[in-house]
Amino acid sequence: MSSLTLNVNGRSVTADVPDRTLLVECIREALGLTGTHVGCDTSQCGACVVLVDGRSVKSCSMFAWEADGAEVTTIEGLASDGSLHPMQQAFKEHHGLQCGFCTPGMVLSAVDLATHHADASESEVREWLEGNLCRCTGYQNIVKAVLVGAEAMEAGA
Amino acid sequence: MSENGIGAAVLRKEDDRLLTGRGQFTDDINRPGQAHMSILRSPLAHARIVSIDTSAAEEAPGVVAVLTGREMAEDGVGGLPCGWLITSKDGSPMVEPPHPALPADRVRYVGDQVAAVIAETREAARAAAALVDVEYEELPAAATLASATRDGAPLVWDEAPGNICYDWEVGDAEATEAAFRGADHIVSLDVVNNRLIPNAIEPRAAIGEYDSRTGDHTLFTTTQNPHLIRLLLGAFVMGIPESKLRIVAPDVGGGFGSKIHHYAEEVIVTWAAKRLGRPVKWTAERSESFVSDRHGRDHLSHAELALDAEGRFLGLRVTTAANLGAYLSTFSTCVPTYLYGILFAGPYTTPAIYVEVKGVFSNTVPVDALRGAGRPEATFLLERLVDKAARETGIDPVELRRRNLIRPDQFPYQTPVALQYDVGDYQATLDLALEMAGADAFEERRAEARARGRLRGLGVSTFLEACGIAPSAVVGSLGCRAGLYESGQVRVHPTGSVTVYTGTHSHGQGHETTFAQLVSDELGVPIDQVEVVHGDTQQIPFGMGTYGSRSLAVGGAAIYNATQKVINKGKRIAAHLLEASEADIEFENGSFTVAGTDRAKAFGEIALAAYVPHDYPIEELEPGLDETAFYDPKNFTFPAGAHIVEVEIDPETGTVELVQVTGVDDLGRIINPMIVAGQLHGGLAHGIGQALLEECQYDENGQLLTGSYLNYTMPRAADLPNFELGHNTTLCTHNPLGVKGVGEVGSIGVCPAVINAVVDALSEHGVTHIDMPATPERVWRAIQSSQA
Ligand code: FES
Ligand code: FES
Repeated sequence: MSSLTLNVNGRSVTADVPDRTLLVECIREALGLTGTHVGCDTSQCGACVVLVDGRSVKSCSMFAWEADGAEVTTIEGLASDGSLHPMQQAFKEHHGLQCGFCTPGMVLSAVDLATHHADASESEVREWLEGNLCRCTGYQNIVKAVLVGAEAMEAGA
Repeated sequence: MSENGIGAAVLRKEDDRLLTGRGQFTDDINRPGQAHMSILRSPLAHARIVSIDTSAAEEAPGVVAVLTGREMAEDGVGGLPCGWLITSKDGSPMVEPPHPALPADRVRYVGDQVAAVIAETREAARAAAALVDVEYEELPAAATLASATRDGAPLVWDEAPGNICYDWEVGDAEATEAAFRGADHIVSLDVVNNRLIPNAIEPRAAIGEYDSRTGDHTLFTTTQNPHLIRLLLGAFVMGIPESKLRIVAPDVGGGFGSKIHHYAEEVIVTWAAKRLGRPVKWTAERSESFVSDRHGRDHLSHAELALDAEGRFLGLRVTTAANLGAYLSTFSTCVPTYLYGILFAGPYTTPAIYVEVKGVFSNTVPVDALRGAGRPEATFLLERLVDKAARETGIDPVELRRRNLIRPDQFPYQTPVALQYDVGDYQATLDLALEMAGADAFEERRAEARARGRLRGLGVSTFLEACGIAPSAVVGSLGCRAGLYESGQVRVHPTGSVTVYTGTHSHGQGHETTFAQLVSDELGVPIDQVEVVHGDTQQIPFGMGTYGSRSLAVGGAAIYNATQKVINKGKRIAAHLLEASEADIEFENGSFTVAGTDRAKAFGEIALAAYVPHDYPIEELEPGLDETAFYDPKNFTFPAGAHIVEVEIDPETGTVELVQVTGVDDLGRIINPMIVAGQLHGGLAHGIGQALLEECQYDENGQLLTGSYLNYTMPRAADLPNFELGHNTTLCTHNPLGVKGVGEVGSIGVCPAVINAVVDALSEHGVTHIDMPATPERVWRAIQSSQA
């Protein structure tokens, strides 16, 4: 068992989990934050992406104990004071989601991109999303949303 | 048009919850006291189960029970039924083998369920599943369509000689024969329609729960049609009356057809929950999805087109072998027959058509509906054949299509293969697509590409699909074991807010928004006071679910009819309150008015009067304002389109670059253009995936070679371009909204346009056909072999 302390969405939490627990299992099961999804078992789909210390990470591909002491942001922690984060807002306004299953991972990957590379071009956005699968949207509106969301984040920064 | 009404790009009501992690998917649900299930699946494509020793697994830490087909048979649990009976040419019914949720004696595909291991945690269940000791006697496998139809092929079912489930036909063989005798040109083509794995990003999941106090069963499941699952599971498999079986399909993460079907895991968790006296939860791992979600497509076809000297189509004959997999999944049998054979007129005036289809068993995952379901297969074959005919007759492919398209003055148009099209304007749709695609200047672009050493091609497809499934009387006469109407309930509350209950299910389509727009528009109630409920058999009167692009055309029509009943009742209440005759009451913009006066009652006042009947015609009218309608469509709807694809190929590597994808579609009336565009994008991506990337492959032993995202190529963002979309609208004539449907259009129309473009680009190398997916390897080999 590992006893971990994480800062999740701005709150310090502790969890006792078996050593083999993946970060995504810790988030979904121990912490009950079910906005982070599991779409595969080969680290290919990106439905499980969260931010660990500000960088997007596939939470199915690291152990929970590896995040001990880290700041973790899940989709539940992105909106503040009841209003959507600019990237969430852009996804809403540009119909960047349909079933919504890939969406948390998409949004958090996009936030990482926009934070570190605010002026990414359309083709850079498409390359960046290499690790995030969506079966519903054909990506067109996701890409548009990411471009608009990045601009909005930049303007608000 | 009101601000949020029909035609407005209203932002989706479902998005706030889905964007903030507050959606509730099946795997997000946990029930008190639940146990977790892991399914042990067959590692062999075909084998006799000699023995199953569960003792080691039962003793493993945390294990609650290990259940096999033996226990299931003891409890009298039935098999999974097939929803559509197909009758062969000779009048005999299809071979319909048993379909047990847990087979006891023989497994028939890699992934077939052998045992259910139930434990305190998911990890414990998975670990114990590895301890179940199964002794198999391996049998030879019929692993692919080609090998299953070979003489002397191993039999999947002893009762199905030659692995034939049915040998079906549609059309007039003699008339078609005669047409071929009088032809100036005969063009033929052999086509493989590649097998696909659906891959909704949410893996399937199910939770069974049983209340021994009341005898109530609840099943939470990732389904597109909760009432159909209740009917199949309750009436056919478990013998549970509808009143004791509740199906909840909460947020569902995409379906594309793969979540229509009734699955074994739904049966097992429902059965096990009662047997063990605690909720049982199962969530597929992705590798399980690959070997258990029903696959799609998988045809081998030969087709011939007869033309006269001017290029007019005289006759078409098609022979198809369709893989059904190892068992008959829910709608598997109708997909390659009634959703395929009757599509072969396409948008053309071909007077004589004859189609023969053999449904074939194989030792593979059952095959069933996948986005488009039969219609993409038919469209691909027809549009490839038309293109080949253009090349062989020397008539330009666009001109050849023009000569054969049904003209607007020919509607209603009766095809020789059962369907009657109500309306369309195919020439104008094609014209708009050509203009948007800049087809006029294509040869210049081709020449310019050639100068850069690249091969450029343009491909067109003009197509039509039958949607809005379906008129119950028609499908009933063809063997469907269900009616395909839909229900809609519009419940007006005392304060004038509205709850709408629909039997369709939304798993990405945005029904909560589109249907709210529709009701808001009809009743004049602000959209934020209209709530749409779906996915729960306990709340919704009845339903047939979502597939075949039916939700708006059938479900929306039911809701519309319910709003008209609400308005009619409201008029009678208003007539009383306003002391006028009912015939004089008009309803507009949310207000009941005595015609020609300013005496009026707002919708909210009528709602209140209906529930607070102090001054209310209680003698003539019941209190309450809550109306239900069942709508059974009079015909299919016929969305149609013209898709044009331009590609550039690098002859050194065989890589196909999509330069431009243009889709002009006639979808009937559009309620929410933003959602419609999204549906088109998704469908186009699915079709392009089939054309260029995706292919499910089995080896000769029936082992799945493409069982993960590492070797099954899903379209990713960088694989796709932005799509150019246009509309040329005619309104459906037989449903009250004039709508046709949009969910499948993209995947139906675009595949042949992509391959036609690839073949066009490669034509200077003498290539006349290439099978899907046109991977770099395949394209490169085609170029090499032409140079050899
Ligand atoms: S769950 Fe698919 S990448 Fe993590
Ligand atoms: S919105 Fe459904 S998978 Fe992306």
